[in-house]
Amino acid sequence: MDWFLQQSVNGLALGSIYALIALGYTMVYGVLRFINFAHADILMLGAYAAFFLAPVVHPIIPLPSFTGAIVIMALSAAICAIIGIVIELLAYRPLRNRPRLTVLITAIGVSLFIEFTCQHEAVFGAATRAFPPLMPAADFKLGNIIISSNDIVVVVTTILLLFALWFIVQRTRIGTAMRAVSFNQQAASLMGINISRIISFTFALGSALAAIAGILYAMRAPGIEPLMGMQPGIRAFVAAVLGGIGNLPGAAIGGLIIGLLETFAGGTPGLSNYRDGIAFAILILILLFKPAGILGKATVEKV
Amino acid sequence: MNHQGAKRWLFISIAIAVGISLFSDQFNRYYLGIAIDCGIAIILATSLNLVNGHTGQFSLGHAGFMAVGGYAAAKFSLVVVPLTPPELQPLIFVAALILGGLLAALAGLIVGVPSLRLRGDYLAIVTLGFGEIIRVIVQNMESVGAASGLKGIPKFTTFGWTFVLVGITIYVIASLVNSTYGRGFIAVNDDEVAASSMGINPVRYKVTAFVAGAFFAGIAGGLYAHHKQFLAPTGFDFFKSVDIVVMVVLGGMGRTAGVVLAAILLTLLPEFLRQFSDYRMIIYALLIIGLMLLRPQGLFTLSGKKKGAKA
Amino acid sequence: MHTLRRHFLLFGATAALLAVLTQCKGGSSDTILVGEFASLTGKEATFGVSSHEGTLLAIEEINAAGGVLGKPIKLITEDDQSKAGEPANVVNKLISKDGVIAILGEVASSRSLEAAPIAQQSGIPMISPASTNPKVTEVGDYIFRVCFIDPFQGTVMANFATNTLKAKKVAVFTDVKSDYSKGLAQFFKEGIKKLGGEIVAELDFNGGDKDFKGQLTAIKSANPDAVFIPGYYTDVALIAIQAKQLGLTIPLLGGDGWESQTLVDIGKDAVEGHYFSTHYSTEAGSPKALAFIEAYKKRFNNKVPDAMAALGYDSAYFLVDGITRAGTTDGPALRDALAATKEFEAVTGKMAINEKRDAVKAAVILQVKDGKFKFLETVAP
Repeated sequence: MDWFLQQSVNGLALGSIYALIALGYTMVYGVLRFINFAHADILMLGAYAAFFLAPVVHPIIPLPSFTGAIVIMALSAAICAIIGIVIELLAYRPLRNRPRLTVLITAIGVSLFIEFTCQHEAVFGAATRAFPPLMPAADFKLGNIIISSNDIVVVVTTILLLFALWFIVQRTRIGTAMRAVSFNQQAASLMGINISRIISFTFALGSALAAIAGILYAMRAPGIEPLMGMQPGIRAFVAAVLGGIGNLPGAAIGGLIIGLLETFAGGTPGLSNYRDGIAFAILILILLFKPAGILGKATVEKV
Repeated sequence: MNHQGAKRWLFISIAIAVGISLFSDQFNRYYLGIAIDCGIAIILATSLNLVNGHTGQFSLGHAGFMAVGGYAAAKFSLVVVPLTPPELQPLIFVAALILGGLLAALAGLIVGVPSLRLRGDYLAIVTLGFGEIIRVIVQNMESVGAASGLKGIPKFTTFGWTFVLVGITIYVIASLVNSTYGRGFIAVNDDEVAASSMGINPVRYKVTAFVAGAFFAGIAGGLYAHHKQFLAPTGFDFFKSVDIVVMVVLGGMGRTAGVVLAAILLTLLPEFLRQFSDYRMIIYALLIIGLMLLRPQGLFTLSGKKKGAKA
Repeated sequence: MHTLRRHFLLFGATAALLAVLTQCKGGSSDTILVGEFASLTGKEATFGVSSHEGTLLAIEEINAAGGVLGKPIKLITEDDQSKAGEPANVVNKLISKDGVIAILGEVASSRSLEAAPIAQQSGIPMISPASTNPKVTEVGDYIFRVCFIDPFQGTVMANFATNTLKAKKVAVFTDVKSDYSKGLAQFFKEGIKKLGGEIVAELDFNGGDKDFKGQLTAIKSANPDAVFIPGYYTDVALIAIQAKQLGLTIPLLGGDGWESQTLVDIGKDAVEGHYFSTHYSTEAGSPKALAFIEAYKKRFNNKVPDAMAALGYDSAYFLVDGITRAGTTDGPALRDALAATKEFEAVTGKMAINEKRDAVKAAVILQVKDGKFKFLETVAP
């Protein structure tokens, strides 16, 4: 029983990070209908932004502290939001009316570009670097179960951001416009919505989320390198599809499912070596029965 | 490309293959190796083109089929070669390639079935997942070397073999697409609903595309195994699949000649860029972005629309 | 007319192809060309960069001292991007196009295994700095290495766990993606069983993972006395941190993949007190090792060299030693000279080459103490 509870705690914390990353994928997909492969690299850039900001912030607000961590997260999120807007402007905007596959290949190109540029010695270099502690950490004991403060921070942040995002999308003017663009771009632009601005905003929001996810990820596993985004990126991508891509709560649920599955599979001798494949196997099974994901709406083909 | 064109491709590539293999002893190993790499890339790209280009499905797991074919063929050779006299070895190579192709085709069938219910990005992720599952399974199979890889595979792949198979692949796929039957692939791509109301069964076409595409990917895997003489599971990851997709898109989806040229270009490019080692992959990534921005219809589409192909 | 032009073009292309394919290898006679292939980018770039820097330093020193056989060495380095399929191309290029006389590389055994048949078939000696999998040198008589092999290292740690730590129940946590890790784990398990110990849990991770809590919770519930983690330092540091968070306080053990300052930089107090075996120690090091550390720090921004850097350095000197004794750079003569190495003073200790072309040399066991690697014992082969 202890074993089960401990694994559930581990899985929820991991799943929350996947959920946070998946939210970014799903949001961009909802508005633009394409998978932004570079999302995983923005996550990495977010972690590096925090890495370089920490020594700058430290003399003003001593680290580790919660205020300091929040300031660093906000700054990194802002930096990545700008990077996201620039990427969209340079690489994706000129392709807006092109076939989706073209955009997808461009996204792969952008992702490779970021990864290889950052691996260059003159930029970050390929070596793993130690990520500084941003927040005071402690481990709490509940009976035989150990919960680390990092895990609590991750879960709470994800829940807060999910609600904030839900609020933006459902309750604000710009959110209404986002939904309109997602529903029908042409009609939305006829109604006077500035499509380009909405898309830039979506990218900024998605990239900011990725930056925060990257920092949380780096706090849990404090070694950062230019390829650190690839693995969680693919998992989160699976999570987004699993939950029904384009659907915010779906992404959160998908993330949690993948996180829990991986943790339980990882903790089972004889199964832990198949951990990389398990997320995909479950995904395929679920999609066979629910072809649009758990919360996705089946689209009706228009004749 | 019409049927006549397909025949010409077959003839040309076999002639080149036979001609060049007459001299192959004098060749520099490096350039010869790269030339064979190009041939394997052509087979991979044209077979994926049947799925992604002609039929309009979206597969991101082509490396998985290649892995199935490569490992099956290599294992077959490793087991059978010591038992047979040397003069039978070309026969073993052919048998190994066909076995690899058939097993890959079977895998294609398994992936083709979900494609009946899924479309677009959902299909993409399922094929991606399938490719990863194959990699994970191979990584755990001690009988094919698991993580340390399968070594000591006999060197059967030659320039001649590769380009004869390139010719056959292009010929078969071009004939398939250009036959009366094959018009169905393009019809399914253009408009599935309209196609099915014309009496075309989209299910059959989609599955056929997956199975045939996987078969040739398996053959390519077999060639690769007997070319590099060593297989490691990490060589068949997601990025290998992405490489092949890039070739198809760059060549202009559904255009055989373009895809062949793109396969050659993308194999040679990293080699040419070797002297800029530090910046090589950065330049490669920038070229992909630049080409997509400037020539999104594919690099080699010179004239207007080809009949039947989607713009 | 149109067809004619097309045929002409085709003919031209074929002729050009023939011309390229038959181009002969270059190389001038006033320098000695040595090829190196390493993973300078990609997933395992950290290790590739270290071994490359070690090799580079050695070649620079050798050239500053007048080269070998009176000629300077020119090192041609190719990056294989940590990708399967690349080593074959790269080594083909080095041998056939550049015309190198020997190949240095790779750290990862799977990539050495891909390149080895090519070196063997071309009759060009290849020296791996750090591929510890026994299969590598089995490829043929031109393939050498300057590191010890996994069976030795696995046994050393099994003895240490049983005799020094008195561990009866041991868990093994393997990187399933890495042949190095799997090989080492296997020989460790065999060693433990031979000594009467028990393996109570066997779990796997994938190199590059960042979350290990699922597996570590399972290991904890199996209640072992020690955990053997034959992984690389980047992963091990994170494993140690998460193990500590989960209250796993037993000793962690590992192999040479642990040795790097980065282990301590990332792991901090979580890696304190744990043990690993490796090739050399800066404390018990020979004057040669100390000189190497100084030179390396001076050359590379005060960076402390790790085991990969030391082995990369050794591989270059080992080659030069062979060339000097052979008096020529001809493949067969150089191979025989390298195979006849009986006593070579390397940074990583005295070594000899046995009949399997593996290096016979001692291992050391270190403990992480106060953020430093403390020397515990030397284990002779």
